[in-house]
Amino acid sequence: MSTTTRDVWVFIEQRNGKPADVSLELLCKGRKLAQAMGGAVKAVVMGDSVDALIAEAFRFGADEAIVIADRALAQYRTLPYGRILSDLVREHTPRIVLFGATIIGRDLAPRVASATRSGLTADCTDLQISNVNYLRKEYADLLLQIRPAFGGNIIATIITPDNPVQMATVREGVMEMHPADHPVAGPVTRIPYVADAVDELLAIVEQHHEENRVNLKAAPVIVAGGYGLGTRENFKLIYDLAHALGGEVAGSRAAVDAGFVGPDRQVGQTGVTVRPRLYIAVGISGAIQHRAGMQESNKIIAINTDADAPIFGVAHYGIVGDATEIIPRFIEVYRNKLK
Amino acid sequence: MYHSIVLVKQVPDTANITGNVMQDDGTVNRSKLPAIFNPEDRVALEMALRIKDQFGGKITVMTMGPPRASDILRECLYMGADEGVLISDRKFAGADTLATSYVLSEAIRKEGSYDFIFAGRQAIDGDTAQVGPQTCEKLGIPQITYLEEIQKVEGKTLTAKRKIEGGYEVVRCTLPVLVTVIKDAVEPRPFSAKRVMAFKGAKSLMEIEKMAEGNSLLYVDQLRHEFEARQLFIRTLTMDDLKLDADRCGVHGSPTKVYKVESVVLAGGDREMIEPTKTGLGKLVDKLMEDHILG
Repeated sequence: MSTTTRDVWVFIEQRNGKPADVSLELLCKGRKLAQAMGGAVKAVVMGDSVDALIAEAFRFGADEAIVIADRALAQYRTLPYGRILSDLVREHTPRIVLFGATIIGRDLAPRVASATRSGLTADCTDLQISNVNYLRKEYADLLLQIRPAFGGNIIATIITPDNPVQMATVREGVMEMHPADHPVAGPVTRIPYVADAVDELLAIVEQHHEENRVNLKAAPVIVAGGYGLGTRENFKLIYDLAHALGGEVAGSRAAVDAGFVGPDRQVGQTGVTVRPRLYIAVGISGAIQHRAGMQESNKIIAINTDADAPIFGVAHYGIVGDATEIIPRFIEVYRNKLK
Repeated sequence: MYHSIVLVKQVPDTANITGNVMQDDGTVNRSKLPAIFNPEDRVALEMALRIKDQFGGKITVMTMGPPRASDILRECLYMGADEGVLISDRKFAGADTLATSYVLSEAIRKEGSYDFIFAGRQAIDGDTAQVGPQTCEKLGIPQITYLEEIQKVEGKTLTAKRKIEGGYEVVRCTLPVLVTVIKDAVEPRPFSAKRVMAFKGAKSLMEIEKMAEGNSLLYVDQLRHEFEARQLFIRTLTMDDLKLDADRCGVHGSPTKVYKVESVVLAGGDREMIEPTKTGLGKLVDKLMEDHILG
């Protein structure tokens, strides 16, 4: 197996010139992966006004930036982005290419993987570099691509042993995001945009973004309610507790399906992945799908009437009892301590 | 008049996994799971049916899978598809999304001209959402993923609404195009009773061979012609039929490999139980404040 480079590329997803959080998370992770292999992490930036994107990429640990800037790339479109990135991958053969498992990442990555015949693993929740023995062959520094499978019931580790380029999309929020300790303003390679007729086959007529999106990912404290609360009336207690603690309200899928809380507040495999300082799960039994979205939280308190509920398996503190009694008591105790 | 190709998949029902499906070593016993029509693919077929209802044309449904996948092709016929194509070969086993998209794209190429390719956004067994875009890339046509609504079809142009992060966008695209649809896009229609009666006897080549078991090859051929004449033949394509490169099919054509599979284990261990009393909760709050978890 000849390996051409040891570089990790991170596709920097942007909306209106601002980088997506997941791209910055991937730079942090990419830095560690590149260090483990003795390579560099490079940010691939496409857009119109890209200066702020490049600065952010370096702040979060990129060693280099590859930049393609043009008005035609202001908004993400499959064809120009996919075509350009495929050409770059073919030309430079990075060892690893990472994308956020967002709508854009999941639209773009398979296109690039197909064009370059690379292996691609979707929705990873962890990435590691490791030596691997697979079918009696030794492989040095392979990317272990770890992801839930079969509706979250199993965790699979996928490898791409015999391929020069290993690609993965990674779920938003599962990797840590922090600026690099010693950021450098590394080299910037600017590549001119060359138009192609296929780019014009699809045009964006209009875009609509909902404002005031709930930002669960940024909340230090999250109080989440489940179907176990029984009624929408009882679910109001979740709002009370969140309000008292200065936190955000979230819900399990069952709570969302029951109409207790909106889908934008759903935590879990089909919702958001969060890692707050404190996560309080109330009346949530703790199906795998839910746990996948919150088990990385710093501290977890579980409140449930069923002492055998799986949620207690990931909790640091467990309280068995009726939430309609415990929550008002918790709020009262907390307010008294603050006095 | 538009020709639509719909890509469908038979999947294990991962939403209803019960105890005996998970094996002791953490792997899934697929044979214990009921096989169902991937929900979003059914939505994709409904989209194609609505285009046909409005403009006329033809709908070809394709699936790659084991012989029993012809079950969902019959279901497509019951809903209103014009014909089903089963792409099946032992040599396709173990295909990842890259190898699958190679086979599908070659099968589509063989169909000749088409205006739309519809597929579900993703299948519930893998949740990758990769096969649609990868098939599309190989055909060299544009794609619209996460489609929510078709707004207008006019001549060789499609205007459609698709989901984006925190909102939606409206795009206009020149045909042919591949679209992947999300679950809530449209409500799939039920089977037509008349069509169930008409097509419940539809059979793939493998099923006809099974019927003819023990009889001569000549008999298989004769049966096949009978089914064709009654429009009950589910066209069946193998690796040889499609003249595929064996190195790009199945395990050989799949760059990704499953290295390890573990059942999900609970971390836990250092859990502390708190009494639901004022004293108990008081101690908990003290601890959280000491640790700067609560302010």
